[in-house]
Amino acid sequence: MTDTPTPALRVDPGGRIGVSMTVNGTAISTDVEVRRTLADVLRDDLDLTGTHVGCEHGVCGACTVAVDGQPVRACLLLAVQVDGTEITTIEGLANPDGSLGPLQQAFHDAHGFQCAFCAPGVLITTASLLETNPTPTRDEIKAELSGNLCRCTGYHSIIESVETAVRLTAAGAKSTDGGDEEASNA
Amino acid sequence: MKMPTFTYHRPATVAEALAVLASEDDAKILAGGQSLIPLMAMRIGQPEHLVDIGRLDELDYIERRDDHIAVGALTRHAAAEDSALVQTGAPLLAAALGHVGHRAIRTRGTVCGSLAHADPAAELPAVALATGATFIARSTAGEREIPAADFFQGYLDTALEPNEMLAEVRFPLWPDRAGAAVVELSRRHGDYALVGLAAAIDLDDAGTIGGAALAFFGVGSLAVRIAEAEESLLDKTPGAEAFAAAGRIVTETIDAVGDNHGSAAYRNHIAGVLTTRGLAEAFDSIGDRV
Repeated sequence: MTDTPTPALRVDPGGRIGVSMTVNGTAISTDVEVRRTLADVLRDDLDLTGTHVGCEHGVCGACTVAVDGQPVRACLLLAVQVDGTEITTIEGLANPDGSLGPLQQAFHDAHGFQCAFCAPGVLITTASLLETNPTPTRDEIKAELSGNLCRCTGYHSIIESVETAVRLTAAGAKSTDGGDEEASNA
Repeated sequence: MKMPTFTYHRPATVAEALAVLASEDDAKILAGGQSLIPLMAMRIGQPEHLVDIGRLDELDYIERRDDHIAVGALTRHAAAEDSALVQTGAPLLAAALGHVGHRAIRTRGTVCGSLAHADPAAELPAVALATGATFIARSTAGEREIPAADFFQGYLDTALEPNEMLAEVRFPLWPDRAGAAVVELSRRHGDYALVGLAAAIDLDDAGTIGGAALAFFGVGSLAVRIAEAEESLLDKTPGAEAFAAAGRIVTETIDAVGDNHGSAAYRNHIAGVLTTRGLAEAFDSIGDRV
């Protein structure tokens, strides 16, 4: 080792830095102050206020978003750390026409939420779970959602909503044509 | 709560990261940030410089070497949790990882970060103590090895110098006929434990207990091993009687610190209960492995 190498990048306090990411399929480039979190940038700069900010220290789970397919706390990540990643927020779970996506519809049908402040984190966490494990047991659902607080304490209806989503997905995969009137099942 | 200001460094190499640590006062490594960012948000820590090693992929590895499993500075909890190498070569670490935060924390948090953070209520420092892990501290001056017993110095305090990075941790390869368990009491799954135990037990050829390690967390400013209870198990037939006796020694010896979540007497009692439970679980796991 001879002379000390210069750091590749240095941003002074209050300084800004360019961040590029794909959010819900749309490529975005923006300038952010280095101390701002991903949650700040999503809500304040990109106007994606579906991501809720509760405790802002990683405990409540309301701000959970998916970064490169993995659930993360948007309040515990600096926006600079996700430069170059793909992000999915609650808005990304809706259908392209803005109507409820299948997971959202399942929670709606099963009356999953009361005040729904925790909904964005619960839905993103559930979406990540179902991607790796499409048929989770009740215990697996509970373990995965243990990091999402619902202060209405409506946990049973949340878990039932996940089970509804699993059932609907399984049924959707089986049925080839919908629109039948009430089918008489054997 | 918003972050205080800091100077942000994104080095392109490990050497550059170490150079920042060497040249700047009050610089902290930012790896997963799952402990550091909340500390900063709550103004418990306000480092002037953050050195983001999040793009140094050469620090993201799990390797099996001659006598240990090596985990690099950027290896996430989730990667270690899913690793077959960790499950077979470091089962006590594997048993602990499911208790660390929640999946959305473990996808970002790092094994070395949890260790360098040194929270006495966290699982991984106790795992390092119980297994006799070795810490590799790196600086511009070179590299040194620190045994787990010397690494943890107090609440959120370690033997790392300000210019050093925890570059790697090495867990000794797990012996045959040994079992592991992490048991804890917490108010909610994934929360910091009120009291927890990382337990390891191994059997000699005769089937009696050849060695035991009992490392407790959540009981004071450091994770602690209770040597009296470990020694009481030697040469005993593994079973409820020996495990309960070790639990009684733990309750009498551990001298936990109480707070508004649980009194000292309560924690001492729970530590004993967890001893009996954890040893039984560790013993049962031997059958899974042989």
